[in-house]
Amino acid sequence: MIEARGLTKTFRDKKRGDIHAVENISFSVAPGRIYGLLGANGAGKTTTLRMLATLLKPTAGSAVVAGADIREQPGRVRSQVGFLAASTALYGRLTARELIAYFGRLNGLSDAEIELRTARLSLELDMAEFLDRRIEKFSTGMKQKTSIARTLIHDPAVMIFDEPTLGLDVMAARTIVRFIRDCRARGKTVLYSTHVMSEVEKLCDIIGIVHDGRLLDEGTLAELRARHGEHDMEEIFVRVVTGRTAEVRS
Amino acid sequence: MKTRNIFTVFVKELRDTLRDRRAIISMFVVPTIVIPALTFGLGTVFAKVVKKAGAENHAVMIIGGENAPQLRETLEHQGGLKIVPTSPDYAGRISAKKLRAAVEIPDGFAESVRSGARATVKIYTHDGEMRSGFAAATIERALRDYREAIVRDRLSAKNLPADFLRPFVMKRQNVAPPEKVGGSSFGGLVPYFFIILCFTGAMYPAIDLTAGEKERGTLETILCSPVARSELVVGKFLVVLAASLATVACALGSMAITAFAGGAGFLRGAMHAANALPTFSIPGLLAVVVLVFPLAVLFSALLMTVALFAKSYKEAQTYVSPLVFIVILPAVAAVLPGIELSTTLSLVPVLNIALVSKELVAGTFPLLPLALIFLSTCAYAAGALALAVKMFNREDVIFRT
Repeated sequence: MIEARGLTKTFRDKKRGDIHAVENISFSVAPGRIYGLLGANGAGKTTTLRMLATLLKPTAGSAVVAGADIREQPGRVRSQVGFLAASTALYGRLTARELIAYFGRLNGLSDAEIELRTARLSLELDMAEFLDRRIEKFSTGMKQKTSIARTLIHDPAVMIFDEPTLGLDVMAARTIVRFIRDCRARGKTVLYSTHVMSEVEKLCDIIGIVHDGRLLDEGTLAELRARHGEHDMEEIFVRVVTGRTAEVRS
Repeated sequence: MKTRNIFTVFVKELRDTLRDRRAIISMFVVPTIVIPALTFGLGTVFAKVVKKAGAENHAVMIIGGENAPQLRETLEHQGGLKIVPTSPDYAGRISAKKLRAAVEIPDGFAESVRSGARATVKIYTHDGEMRSGFAAATIERALRDYREAIVRDRLSAKNLPADFLRPFVMKRQNVAPPEKVGGSSFGGLVPYFFIILCFTGAMYPAIDLTAGEKERGTLETILCSPVARSELVVGKFLVVLAASLATVACALGSMAITAFAGGAGFLRGAMHAANALPTFSIPGLLAVVVLVFPLAVLFSALLMTVALFAKSYKEAQTYVSPLVFIVILPAVAAVLPGIELSTTLSLVPVLNIALVSKELVAGTFPLLPLALIFLSTCAYAAGALALAVKMFNREDVIFRT
C-alpha cells in the first residue's frame, strides 16, 4: 500500500532560486493495483518516486509505504520497495549472481535464502545461461532481466518503476511490461511513471496526470475518458495539461 | 550502523575494484614495478652514462703549447685526454660540444716558472656539460701534478723536505651513526615517497567509487537498497583506505626486494661509493608506517568527499589532480633546509609527518611532537570521514546533474 499525503519538494538553486519540483501531491495505491503517473519530462514524476523510495526527503508532506513512514523509517521503507528505473544501472564488473546476492545481503537475507531465491528467479526469468557471466558483456535484455531479479530478490511488497522502458527496444520493453503485470498478479502494490500513453492504457488501473509538479487529474482509464469526453489517452492528457477541460486537483 | 552491511559493501567494492584493470595498474603495477624501475632504473642508467663518460678520451685543445713543451707533453700523456690540433675557433667548438675543453698556456710560461713569477693557465669549458666537466677535471689533475713536481724540485734545490709547505694535514671524520647519516641525507625522501604513494593509491578508487558510480548510474541503484548511507560510505572508504595502504606496501616491498637483491648495486653505482648506501633506523621506519595509517585515512576520506562532488569520472579527476600539488608541497617543504619540527608545525597536516619522518628514520623519537602529530592527524582523518558521510547525505551532491 502507498499513501502519499501532500508530498512537496522544493529544490534550492543559487541561480534560479526555488524550484518547486513537486507541489502537494496526494494519492494512494492499493495492493494488487498499478498506479500510473503520466507526465511529460520535468513534470515531477521522478522526484515523486524518489521521495517515495526515500532517495529524496520531502520538503513538506509525507507518505506511508508498506506501513512505514518515508520520513521516520526510510530504511524500513527501502526494505519493502523494489525500485527500477532507466537510471538505476548495474555493476558491470560483477556477475548477475553476485549482483543479486549483494542486494539480497543488503536486504538482510541469509546466504541460503539468497541461493534459493536466485535459483527461482533464474528459472522464472530464464537467466541460467548468463547468471555467472559479468554484466558488462550483457545485452540490453539480459541487463533488464538482471535488474528485475535485483528488485525482486527481497520479495518487496511495493514496486516502483520510473520510466523503466526508456530507451529499450520493443522486445526488452515487452519483458518489462510483462514483469509489471506479474507484480500486480502477485498482489504487489505497483507505482509506475511514464510519458508513453500506450503503456498507461495497457497497464494501469489508475492513472494520475502530473504537470508542473502537480497532480492535475486522476482516475481509471474509463473515468478519465468519460470525464473528458475523449477516447484517446493522448488527447485526454493534452486537455488536462493545457487546462481546456477537467477540474484541477491540487 | 550495521557491521554486516559495512562488510557486505566492503567485500563487493573490493571485488569490483580488483576486477578493474585501471585499479590494478594504479594499486599494484605502478608501485611494484614502475616506481622501483624508475628509481633504480634511472640510477642504473645514470651510473652507466657517468661511467661511460668518465672512461672516454675527451677531445682537448692546447693553445700556446709551444710556450711550455714539457707541460704539453704531460698533457699529451695524461690518460683520458685526446689532444686535437690547435685552431682559433675553440670557443665555438666547445659550445657545439665538438671539443670538451681547451687549455691556454700564456706566452713566457716556461720563463715565469723558471724565474718564480706567477703565470695563469686558463681552462675553457662548457659549464653544465658533464663531459666538459670531466675533461676540465682531468686537465686540472695533470696541471696540479705538474705544479707539485715543480714545487718539489724547488724545495729539493733548497734542501727542504717535500712536506715543508704542508706543516699539517686536515681530515674530516664522521662520528654520527650510519642511520643518522642516512636519515639526514635521505630522510626527507622517505616521507615524500610514503605521502605521494599513499595519496596516489587512494586517488583512483576514491574517484571510481563515487563519481564513477554516479556516472555509471549505479549510485542510485545502491541508494534504493536498505543500506544506510553511513554504512555505504564506511564500506567504500575502507576499500579506498585498503587501496592506499596496499599501494604503499607494494612499493615498499618491491623497493626493499630490489634494493637487497641487487638494487643496492645500482644505487652504489649511481652514488659512486659503496658505503654511500643510506642506512635507516628500522624502528624509525616502522614508526613512519604507523604514522602513515591516519594519513591514509585522511587522504581516503578527503578524496572521496572531493570526488563525490563531481558528476563524472573526468570531472572528478579535474578536482583531484590539483590536490596532488597541495600534498606534494608540504612533503617537499620538509626537505628544505631550515624547516625544523616545532609544536606549531606538528599540527600542520602532511608537513608534520614529513618533518617527523626525517627524525624517525634517523633514529630520533621526539615523543611530544609524535603524540601531537598522531593525535592531530587522527582528528583530521575523523573530520574528513565525517565530512564524507555528510556529503553522501546531501541530495544536491548525490543527485547533482
